Amino acid sequence: MPPHAADIRSPFDIHRGASAPRLAADRTPPSAETLCKWLRDMMLIREFEVRCMQAYQDKKIGGFCHIYIGQEAVAVGCVAAMKPEDPLVTAYRDHGHALARGMTPEACMSEMFGRVDGCAKGKGGSMHMFDKTHNMFGGHGIVGAQTPLGAGLAFATKYEDEVLRKGKSSRVTLCFLGDGALNQGAVHEAMNLAGLMDLPVVFVVENNGYSMGTSIHRGTTQGHDLRSKASGYGIDSAIVDGMDVLETYHGMKTVIDDARARSRPWFIDMRCYRYKGHSMSDPRKYRTRDEEDAWETGDPIGRLNKQLQKQGILSEEQAKDMLREVKNEVRACVAFADASPIPAAEELYTDVFVESWGRYTGSSKPSMLGGGTNHPSFKSIDPSTDSTEDLV
Amino acid sequence: MSALREIEYRDALREAMSEEMRRDAKVFLLGEEVAEYNGAYKVSKGMLDEFGPRRIIDTPISESGFAGLAIGAAMQGLRPIVEFMSWSFSLVAADPILNNAPKMLYMSGGQFGCPIVFRGNDGAGGQLGSTHSWCVEGMFSNVPGMKMVIPATPDDAKGLLKTAIRDDDPVFFLESERMLGLKGHVPEGDEILVPFGQARIRREGTDCTLASWGRPVHFCLEAADALAKEGISCEVIDLRSIRPLDIGSVVRSVKKTSVCVVVDQSWSFGSPGSELAAQVHRHCFDDLDNFVHRVHTADVPSPYAFNLEQEYLPNARRICEAVRAATYNA
Repeated sequence: MPPHAADIRSPFDIHRGASAPRLAADRTPPSAETLCKWLRDMMLIREFEVRCMQAYQDKKIGGFCHIYIGQEAVAVGCVAAMKPEDPLVTAYRDHGHALARGMTPEACMSEMFGRVDGCAKGKGGSMHMFDKTHNMFGGHGIVGAQTPLGAGLAFATKYEDEVLRKGKSSRVTLCFLGDGALNQGAVHEAMNLAGLMDLPVVFVVENNGYSMGTSIHRGTTQGHDLRSKASGYGIDSAIVDGMDVLETYHGMKTVIDDARARSRPWFIDMRCYRYKGHSMSDPRKYRTRDEEDAWETGDPIGRLNKQLQKQGILSEEQAKDMLREVKNEVRACVAFADASPIPAAEELYTDVFVESWGRYTGSSKPSMLGGGTNHPSFKSIDPSTDSTEDLV
Repeated sequence: MSALREIEYRDALREAMSEEMRRDAKVFLLGEEVAEYNGAYKVSKGMLDEFGPRRIIDTPISESGFAGLAIGAAMQGLRPIVEFMSWSFSLVAADPILNNAPKMLYMSGGQFGCPIVFRGNDGAGGQLGSTHSWCVEGMFSNVPGMKMVIPATPDDAKGLLKTAIRDDDPVFFLESERMLGLKGHVPEGDEILVPFGQARIRREGTDCTLASWGRPVHFCLEAADALAKEGISCEVIDLRSIRPLDIGSVVRSVKKTSVCVVVDQSWSFGSPGSELAAQVHRHCFDDLDNFVHRVHTADVPSPYAFNLEQEYLPNARRICEAVRAATYNA
């Protein structure tokens, strides 16, 4: 077991300043239908990731690819506690968040295949999953870089509600980061700003115990209880069991509701474990197989599956059907991605600028003639007439 | 009165921001000391009184944090103006301003743009030593997906800043502490919106084209005065924006003069000046009487001592020497 595993507090453990009102976790039980949906969503993410690993080995996916297996309950439980209009931003281990948020497996897989049907037409890749219609503000590749962005999204929703609409702040941003990101300066600057400005943002630290191959106690002070990082910025915090989707949901629902009501930031030490390596090239030599086995015994999918069967909500047969259905769906999304066309060469030069403009005429293809975007919130493409011949 | 009105460069910047903030409630200003202190250089003086603390926002000394925060706000659709007290301080925010803002539209496949302006003092000349005298245009202009603007006069400062605030892409707006007190005629209102990518001919001439931007435009004008007395007629072109670069105006001029000297306050290696020179060579290969000469700041860290710093800059004397050499008058 990693050193921090023994410290997992379950149920939900909240740490607040003495002056703050006492906060009780909202434990209204979700409906049977909702629980079954969560199980299916987690199965889908896991199966998707299994197929990603295969596709990566088949060289269908390039670059870096970070697998979310083991942490499915975090994305599913957190997203369940959000409203559709709440922004979400995360780091590079982002497939699970994208799928939980509503991106289709086809768009997500096609993106990794570098195809036009990808969420970013194949321009972002595994680490950069964006989905505007679902308020998914990316996957971000640089450790911790999304944290100031998360504060900014919360700033913007608050500004829109309070300054532009003269109303009450109504949305909460969920900003995910890894435990390794806690040692990046940008994260601390973002927490300070969020605390100062009363920003409704929840920093969810997906604490899987390792920043790449470095265990939390080798890289982070106070690794046994990360809440101390937040208390330095006057931010309320909680430890949540990210291996249990119900715990995650109840904890996050309570926290998000409070952040929404008071327009204040929160910090979550979300205890979880990634079963696979940091990325596809990681042989996991820095930890023992015993430790991995111990964590996998508490698997979030197995746990919920067992619970639903015990409660008579789902029969063994129904669970198997569900998994079969999910497998078929993921197989189909792989086939879809494989059949999706590669981006046209001209795509290289689009989406550089919102508008087509300028007359940059260097020796390569003019880089400023791209412009345009496929999103209706931006102006339409104005075909430029600039060319090198047009100079004089 | 307005037709002949003269104001300082800093006032022009303030007018641009205030007018745009009155026009669009999505525009707000944040940075160190912009509100209660009235601006470290008094650029935002009085803006807190007019717009209040929700739109004129003091930040802690935390460039990476507040630049990143502003980018997040821009992704959501607001239009932030980020003031860096000095562009030298933006280096600690390099990741958000270079890795996030200019790439967001591209890597999201066109879904999320970044309508944001980063602005502040750029360049040496105030005896601030090596760490505070950055000309960031050399490093930052290398990045696609952003626009870079560098006004030399108060009217352009206002007109270009208004355009920058209305632009849907990230704009790096480079001012100069040395020019904040510069006075000039600045019209009021929207008629002074200055489009990007349009150079301005500051002085007409026939023997040599001097192409520059930002504060060195004034060094070029000073040199052109001196050279006129020697019988060398210089045409001074102020490019005004580095991205986009109005190469067409320079080419037209060089086809007339057959001689080109590029004056750039950044270091020479991999700079906007070297890019401009390469393009002039390409487009005017058969028109040039000499290779394109370049005047940059010296290739050393910025010195503190007054005399050394003056020599470090692409000053009028060094420009005159380059023009004489390029025109075979040395």
